[in-house]
Amino acid sequence: MTSKKVTSRIEELEKLAAEAGIDISDELKKIGAKISETSKMGKAWQRVELARNADRPRALDIIDNICDDFIELHGDRYYGDDPALIGGIGFIDGIPVTIIANQKGRNLKETMARNGGMANPEGYRKALRLARQAEKFHRPIITFIDTQGAFPGLGAEERGIGEAIAMNLREFSQLKTPVICIIIGEGGSGGALGIGVGDKIYMLENAVYSVISPEGYASILLRDASQAKNAAAMMKITAEDVLSLKVCNGIIAEPEGGAHLDPAESSRLIKETIVRDLADLMPRNPAVLVRYRNQKIRKFGHYTEN
Amino acid sequence: MSEKITCPACKGEIERNSLEANLKVCPSCQYHFRMEPTERIAYLADKDSFVEFCRNMKSLNPIDMDGYEEKLSEATKKSNISDAVVTGTCTIERMPVVLALMSFSFMGGSMGSVVGEKITRAMMKGVETRTPVIVYATSGGARMQEGIFSLMQMAKTASAAAELDRAGLPLFLVLCDPTTGGVTASFAMLGDITIAEPGALIGFAGPRVIEGTIKQVLPEGFQRAEFQQDKGFVDIISPRSEQRELFVKLLKAHSESAARNAVPAANGGKA
Repeated sequence: MTSKKVTSRIEELEKLAAEAGIDISDELKKIGAKISETSKMGKAWQRVELARNADRPRALDIIDNICDDFIELHGDRYYGDDPALIGGIGFIDGIPVTIIANQKGRNLKETMARNGGMANPEGYRKALRLARQAEKFHRPIITFIDTQGAFPGLGAEERGIGEAIAMNLREFSQLKTPVICIIIGEGGSGGALGIGVGDKIYMLENAVYSVISPEGYASILLRDASQAKNAAAMMKITAEDVLSLKVCNGIIAEPEGGAHLDPAESSRLIKETIVRDLADLMPRNPAVLVRYRNQKIRKFGHYTEN
Repeated sequence: MSEKITCPACKGEIERNSLEANLKVCPSCQYHFRMEPTERIAYLADKDSFVEFCRNMKSLNPIDMDGYEEKLSEATKKSNISDAVVTGTCTIERMPVVLALMSFSFMGGSMGSVVGEKITRAMMKGVETRTPVIVYATSGGARMQEGIFSLMQMAKTASAAAELDRAGLPLFLVLCDPTTGGVTASFAMLGDITIAEPGALIGFAGPRVIEGTIKQVLPEGFQRAEFQQDKGFVDIISPRSEQRELFVKLLKAHSESAARNAVPAANGGKA
């Protein structure tokens, strides 16, 4: 927004200079370069802020908008139920699907109750239980990812958060049913990936996907927590970045200004993508589906052998 | 007289020679010093049986991170390995295995494209040659300089572990000090049998991150191998000097049961 204002002022200045017969084109070029550099950095951070926006539609808002008759299912059958990672059965355009999602809160009370969308091991184990159930009954799976990461707490470690995520990565790679993963806000680290292995990976236009938060990267690798904005740009975490790195299949557009300004329209665009992809994925032979999914996963990485 | 080294656990002084002769374990308190892949190979593998693969695999700096290439070449110069894992085949008491050994001294054993690919290939080698796979893990987690690609290595190695699992071949994991982050949340926790070295720190989130979350000092021994065994995530805590013998037993158990199962198949399913 601000850089747009500056650009329009510069255009005015250019006109004035031309009228007065003064050549300032070299100076303007320098300013132009500076603006584009700053805006690139600013753009990545703007996305981080939009992805974290308190009014951004949460998974349950989207589910309400795109699903008929959503039935939430609870518990991992071993330890408990994790309100930070929800799941259930719903109908999208008449097609029964299993939905698994990170659920952040919309206000302080709900955020506390849902641990800010940071799941414990029982959340990941519930996700796996519901995914296997979906496979058993030939239901496609939709996941909505929106988390800073798995919960780094004492209990999470005691109950094996690492093992729970690892098992999901292994088992989701083998599910004989279509899996569509959509990052709707923050896609943070292993906590996001724990429900992020599938046949199609999408990102909302203002979603981010990263191995560590920009703040974490800044404080660990740049040794300066205030460099988070820089880190956000360096890490290539925006939807455009992740698409150009071929780690996601596509970007789902958001209404002008962000999903929070028109949740209904944003949900409609999400539903459109899901319905289109289900039509594509559901007729596929499950064995072929699994083979393609794994072939794609195995390609991630850039190395040379010489 | 060789150089003296102070044990970080008991503060006793040990001569370098005697420490190395003792598999880098403190003779007085049994503290396990960190060990390099070549040292483990010398102890574990039958003499001259180790054949390395993917020795020269190098990362291509997938997100063009400033300064990463320099970091890599520095680490390579210091360690004489091209990234944080060494992979190969060998025999242990004439029983063939695929071996993958991580090195913590190479950028904290972090997992990027190369570690992910080499671990994957080690597992695929196991599938192709019907051979058990042994992985020695030690890592601070994901190679953050590779951005999203480092995260994807978790999915990749887990997908390879799935194939090994479905092919009915054993994956033995040895968790060494420290094993944390993305490595813990992927292949390191997917072994059929999980072994840990005494005292090894094993967890997903690092202790300082957890302390920051709960605003409390963590109890003594939290996330150590003994704690993880108590919580049910480690099968065996094995001192270094006993690991070779342990693998001989495990590999024998595996090959015997595989041989017994092969009999009906050879008779066309008839007993």
